[in-house]
Amino acid sequence: MAPTKDKMGRPIVVVTGVGVVTSLGAGKADNWAKLTSGVSGIHAITRFPTDGLKTRIAGSVDFLGQPDCTAALSEQLADLAAEEAIAQSGIGKAGDFPGPLFLAVPPIEMEWPHRLAVGARSGSNDTVTYSDLLRASDQFPAYHDRFLFGSVADHIAERFGTRGSPISLSTACASGASAIQLGVEAIRRGDTDAALCIGTDGSVNPEAVIRFSLLSALSTSNDNPQKAARPFSKNRDGFVMAEGAGALVLESYDAARARGATILGVVEGCGEKTDAFHRTRSSPDGKPIIACIRNALEDAGLTPDDIDYVNAHGTSTPENDKMEYLGCSTVFGERISKLPISSNKSMIGHTLSAAGAIEAVFTVLTLQNQRMPPTVNYDVPDPAIPLDVVPNTARDATLKHAISNSFGFGGQNVSLVVGVEPA
Amino acid sequence: MADGAREAWITGIGIVSCLGEGADAHWLKLSEAKPSADTTTFAPYIVHPLAPINFDLQIPKKGDQRQMENWQRIGTYAAGLALDSAGVKGKTEVLSHMDMIVAAGGGERDLSVDSTILSGMPRAANPAGFLNERLMSDLRPTLFLAQLSNLLAGNISIVHGVTSSSRTFMGEESAGLDAVRIALSRIGAGQSDIALVGGAHNGERPDLIMLYEFAGLMLKDKFAPVWERVPGGFALGSLGAFLVIEAREHAEARGAKALARLASVVSDRRRRQPGNVTASLEGLWDKVKDRVDGKRAAVISGATGANPATAEERAFLAAHGELAVRATGTYLGHGLEPQFPMNLALATVALQHGSLFPPCDSTGLEKPMSGPLAQVVVTGVGHWRGEGLALVEKAG
Repeated sequence: MAPTKDKMGRPIVVVTGVGVVTSLGAGKADNWAKLTSGVSGIHAITRFPTDGLKTRIAGSVDFLGQPDCTAALSEQLADLAAEEAIAQSGIGKAGDFPGPLFLAVPPIEMEWPHRLAVGARSGSNDTVTYSDLLRASDQFPAYHDRFLFGSVADHIAERFGTRGSPISLSTACASGASAIQLGVEAIRRGDTDAALCIGTDGSVNPEAVIRFSLLSALSTSNDNPQKAARPFSKNRDGFVMAEGAGALVLESYDAARARGATILGVVEGCGEKTDAFHRTRSSPDGKPIIACIRNALEDAGLTPDDIDYVNAHGTSTPENDKMEYLGCSTVFGERISKLPISSNKSMIGHTLSAAGAIEAVFTVLTLQNQRMPPTVNYDVPDPAIPLDVVPNTARDATLKHAISNSFGFGGQNVSLVVGVEPA
Repeated sequence: MADGAREAWITGIGIVSCLGEGADAHWLKLSEAKPSADTTTFAPYIVHPLAPINFDLQIPKKGDQRQMENWQRIGTYAAGLALDSAGVKGKTEVLSHMDMIVAAGGGERDLSVDSTILSGMPRAANPAGFLNERLMSDLRPTLFLAQLSNLLAGNISIVHGVTSSSRTFMGEESAGLDAVRIALSRIGAGQSDIALVGGAHNGERPDLIMLYEFAGLMLKDKFAPVWERVPGGFALGSLGAFLVIEAREHAEARGAKALARLASVVSDRRRRQPGNVTASLEGLWDKVKDRVDGKRAAVISGATGANPATAEERAFLAAHGELAVRATGTYLGHGLEPQFPMNLALATVALQHGSLFPPCDSTGLEKPMSGPLAQVVVTGVGHWRGEGLALVEKAG
């Protein structure tokens, strides 16, 4: 029987359930089929009028109906993903999950329809200020709960019966990976035998799109949405905002084996390293990204040569893809030209707070199926970043260890090493 | 702290609030027992505005200050004070392996942009087009970065060079409780050696007043100490609080002194039904009570003043009447995310003085304490969710 402690003597942390929702659909079966067929979920935004916007496309999740707000949709997406993950793992009982919740969630805020509703009720005919809104605010008691930062996690904790105080966290575009890392750490400390780790994001709304647009971060390839996300291509022109959720049930290997659970994969290592260079840009020398990946490898007790596949952050911005290449080529050396590295974002877009969790779910599926999803829209390779991006078509391979990268504004870098169950 | 866990010290504190900046200013004001608040600027709502601060002292580059909104400036400033206090400011070797957990809310609105849209959109021929146009042309491109929750941590990394891990917890009062709880757990288990933990809040914001007024939670018209408020309510406070928490062996190796020992932090979440806050606090108390020496211990409460949470916390505290109680919200107002780190810092200050500051409460809950102080139990009960306790002890 394989040992249940890792090389450092810590409990091995395994994945026993995964769930996912993206613009491609709900559930891992549908997502995996589309992801490995090169299907794109990016489309023109129809949720709200896009008059005057530079970017009019997104990977929004539209099949759940018209959302009331980011908080409500993020909660709905997280619910769906968690339900699928918990059902697969078979852990606990309905409404009684035996561990804490770590939730990566976009910062919650009141949105325009709600602000305008309060404004309309204020009775002000001319200029409407916050003083006017305050006159009418007591008529909207439900807005208090809805627009608290902790409300999404609180509702999920209530619904699934997770233990203790739920953690709502943000490390920007690395949030989903941080949620997993917090779960791994809690299990390694022996605080718990299980953790529910979720990343969710349903924030395609006018102000959110405009904010990223004003930072010149988004693709403006509006005329051909499915071709807009072009990670690692020479003509990449920004990321495509997207929505979705990924959920993972993590358990100690001991606990999972004791209850006869099916092991889907192992979270072998987590690494992070903060970049103090700039609010939105990586240090030009790539040192924080390099250190982040190396920290993850070291935490997993592996060397660069052990890694068979990289699930890239791969946002399709000129800056990210260049820096990710610099980081990977430094860590993996000459092997980088032969090491497959693909970006799920070429098909699902950038799911922001959810990305790290969704892509960790896809990394688990990649190992389970021994099949690497492609980077689509790779028509014009960038000669400055020569990589095997698994171009345009999925590919089978023998895979034991994979690494999933997540990098975000505010100098946030997190890498996760995921492996197959020890023999 | 689990059995066999490493001992953790508080080796640095950085605090700013309406009482001023730093340990001495806070101690002086708490000792005077004369709380004050601003009842006019946002009347009828009461707030505790930040004391005048020269942000240049901790955020030397004006360019950095311009990239932040006030909540981030307050936090970045307080973080700098904490690093100074711990003697690690500018020490790259320590800062590069210092972990950070920030408890943050987020984004200050651009009030004038909001007002323009609120006023013009209902009358616009194409309302959605109007909204898009105004946002595209009126929002400052970098405002988003000043609103993003994790960019307080980002700014601390940039300004002060804290560069190991960086994690931001959201979720009102619970964010502050859990930030400290997890930082301590990581240190105890050897996952981290030194951590910067805390947060910041700007209470002088009409958009936030509105968020809490949706539930009628703001203190209005007349100021009163926390326990005296009928029917209850909180006054928002502007404050920033950071702690440097460190494994004892790490502190000793670099010759740092303990300001206090952080013995335990526990938290929970119960659905809020009558009696559940009291029950939650009792459950948490059971986890620390065996280590509390009633003769030399006191409670620093994070009670907000808003009911029913404060009334239930009061019932819990009254049932443990052997401990002297102080509610700092009377002086500071309520700062949500950083409130618990702030109270840990004030507990540390009191332990340094070896005594408790005087009561400020006519209801009789806060009793005088004249004897020496060796332990402080810090409570944090969220106005809406989340309950927590910490045990802070005199070191050495």
